[in-house]
Amino acid sequence: MNGTTPAASDAASTASTPSTAAAASTAAAGGAVAGEPVLRVRDLSVTFHAEEGEVHAVDRIGFDVESGEVLAVVGESGCGKSVASLAVMGLLPGTARVSGSVLLRGRELAGAEEKSLRRVRGSELSMIFQEPMTSLNPVLSVGRQIGEVLRRHQGLDRREAKERAVELLDSVGIPAPRRRIHEYPHQLSGGMRQRVMIAIAVACDPAVLIADEPTTALDVTVQAGILDLLTSLRERLGTAIVLITHDLGVVAHTADRVLVMYAGRAVEHARADELFARPRHPYTRGLLDAVPRPGTRAAAPAGERARLREIPGIVPGLSRQPDECTFAPRCSRADEECTAERPALTRSAGTDGDDADPGHTVACFHPLGATAAPGEEAAP
Amino acid sequence: MSTAPDATAPEGTAPALEVRGLVRHFAAPRGKGSVRAVDGVSLTVGRGEVVGLVGESGSGKSTVGRCVVRLDTPTAGTVRIGGTDITRLSRRRLRPLRKDFNIVYQDPSASLDPRMRVSRIVGEPLLLHRVVSGTALRGCTRDEVRGRVEELLGQVGLPPGTADRRPHELSGGQRQRVSIARALAVDPMLLVADEPTSALDVSVQASVLNLLADLQRDRGFGCLFITHDLAAVEFLADRIAVMYLGEIIETAPAAELFAAPKHPYTQALLSAVPVPDPPVQRARKRIVLQGDLSGSALGPGLPGPGGVAQTVDHCRFHTRCPLAFDRCRTEAPEHRTLPGPGGTRTVACHLVADDGTAPDAAAAHVRP
Repeated sequence: MNGTTPAASDAASTASTPSTAAAASTAAAGGAVAGEPVLRVRDLSVTFHAEEGEVHAVDRIGFDVESGEVLAVVGESGCGKSVASLAVMGLLPGTARVSGSVLLRGRELAGAEEKSLRRVRGSELSMIFQEPMTSLNPVLSVGRQIGEVLRRHQGLDRREAKERAVELLDSVGIPAPRRRIHEYPHQLSGGMRQRVMIAIAVACDPAVLIADEPTTALDVTVQAGILDLLTSLRERLGTAIVLITHDLGVVAHTADRVLVMYAGRAVEHARADELFARPRHPYTRGLLDAVPRPGTRAAAPAGERARLREIPGIVPGLSRQPDECTFAPRCSRADEECTAERPALTRSAGTDGDDADPGHTVACFHPLGATAAPGEEAAP
Repeated sequence: MSTAPDATAPEGTAPALEVRGLVRHFAAPRGKGSVRAVDGVSLTVGRGEVVGLVGESGSGKSTVGRCVVRLDTPTAGTVRIGGTDITRLSRRRLRPLRKDFNIVYQDPSASLDPRMRVSRIVGEPLLLHRVVSGTALRGCTRDEVRGRVEELLGQVGLPPGTADRRPHELSGGQRQRVSIARALAVDPMLLVADEPTSALDVSVQASVLNLLADLQRDRGFGCLFITHDLAAVEFLADRIAVMYLGEIIETAPAAELFAAPKHPYTQALLSAVPVPDPPVQRARKRIVLQGDLSGSALGPGLPGPGGVAQTVDHCRFHTRCPLAFDRCRTEAPEHRTLPGPGGTRTVACHLVADDGTAPDAAAAHVRP
């Protein structure tokens, strides 16, 4: 997470947009123009070269995130959600071919030099991962690891950094922070470690925080606290959060908007309430139905066991980039059109009520709720 | 040793699993007493019943599972499978009984031998126990085994051709189906399923849960379903036992536990699981607990340096309980049986009245 070159100079990097100079000041979460996304991703693609040919891990995805907003990126393993977030951070290995545009406050990060990326990572754009133990350095005290970010990016001296580290630990809900800064990661519990990771990530007041499955390794009672912390951060600091997760409960609890990914592509995008209430893509519908939820069992007819709805088939390999809908082989609504052309992510022309989300887009030729009679998809 | 005939209940009447006072302590690092991973667990799984054992990491639920199938030997207590006490049996005497119980693990890629073909993975228990088509035979031919393997694969929803594959050629969900087929090959009375769906994706998880439910209905084995996933347990289990720090703190029929949890920990646990529905989730009252399990496992009430286990003289949950009062810190709550409509339920909490009136932990500590 931490850059390894000192951010001694404020000089503009290789980025080419006029706003560079203004964005050079690191602590300016409120600097974004209202309504302008702080992070704008367009046509992001990532391919890897493998034995069996090109693997298209991420295939032309795009999204915007505004200040103080939580965007959840949802999908099953292998859908490309983590690779996409690493591509945004510029953290993929050299073997990955990345194309497209990543604009942070109007500044292009895609293709930027490593040196300028280092200045951005950990200050304006930061990231937390699933397993804090593998992200924290086991031989450095917690205080030193937080201080490192502050000294690199904000030029604080050792004493200032220590004081600020205490404040940060306190702000992420760690009791007795003055004592804790001298402790090492192994002395902390999993939830505490994730709080330390969050403290490091928000130390420089980033415009965007990418959280990749931040609670997946934690127990539910600990998860609840971490989700509350993330929510309070975006309210307090106006941080935009990109939450990568497979857990639809976490999405429902935390997200303002949701992007659903399948086999490297974005298949649906909507406000969270809208997506859960009126999913348009058959895959989204399938995901929502596959999750057991309280009452599933009670709803079953007497004497019969409840059944969860399954999505038949398996996720396709990513070695081709077919001109078709990648979900078509598993989809009950698929026809010739679906296998002849790739559906674009477009405004869904549905039969919505007044509360419909105008930003609801779906990549499907036969979206739910548009042409089908209601209830058609509810049949097992 | 209670393998004498009188200790064995007649076939078909004794519960599939009966655990009494199960204790498993581990030596703590650097000789500092012991870790009480399981500390007095009693639990019954009737024939054809699914009992969910729920708890967070470190609660000791997996250790219970390992002791039940004798992959670990309990420090104290007894484990009976179909009425037979297997707690202290030698490996040799245990082996023929192993056809009565089996276990499925979380990660099938770690529990299936990568060098074996599926036919051997599933067929091996048939050969070891000399069972084909449910009848014990003295030596069975390869063809019979093959036929039975394909039949089993069909029952778990895999095509017969899967028999010639190796685990790495299969997807995660298919591998878990193979390990279920192996576990059920010799028709056990009890299946221990330790987080069988936790490593799987949502859509695959649904199909494995459906499969377990179908198999259980068709074959009628007892099942101890160990998990941290409360939604999955509600879907599958008839009865649920909630573990906290080595102890079962509440048991109830599944529907009753979800409708009216009594123990403050159960209340907090249920409230912490986010519901996949934004308006519903926003409206829910949540109880956010302070701290977590780790650390408190070696807390007060530890056995002394001599390794002699002392009795615990407090409620294990008192450090995190929003309702804890003085008595919780000085006296361990008893396991009491409460009256209930759908069967008996038990709880270990000073604050739950004998008539089942329970405190509301959310009222003491609410975060919207």
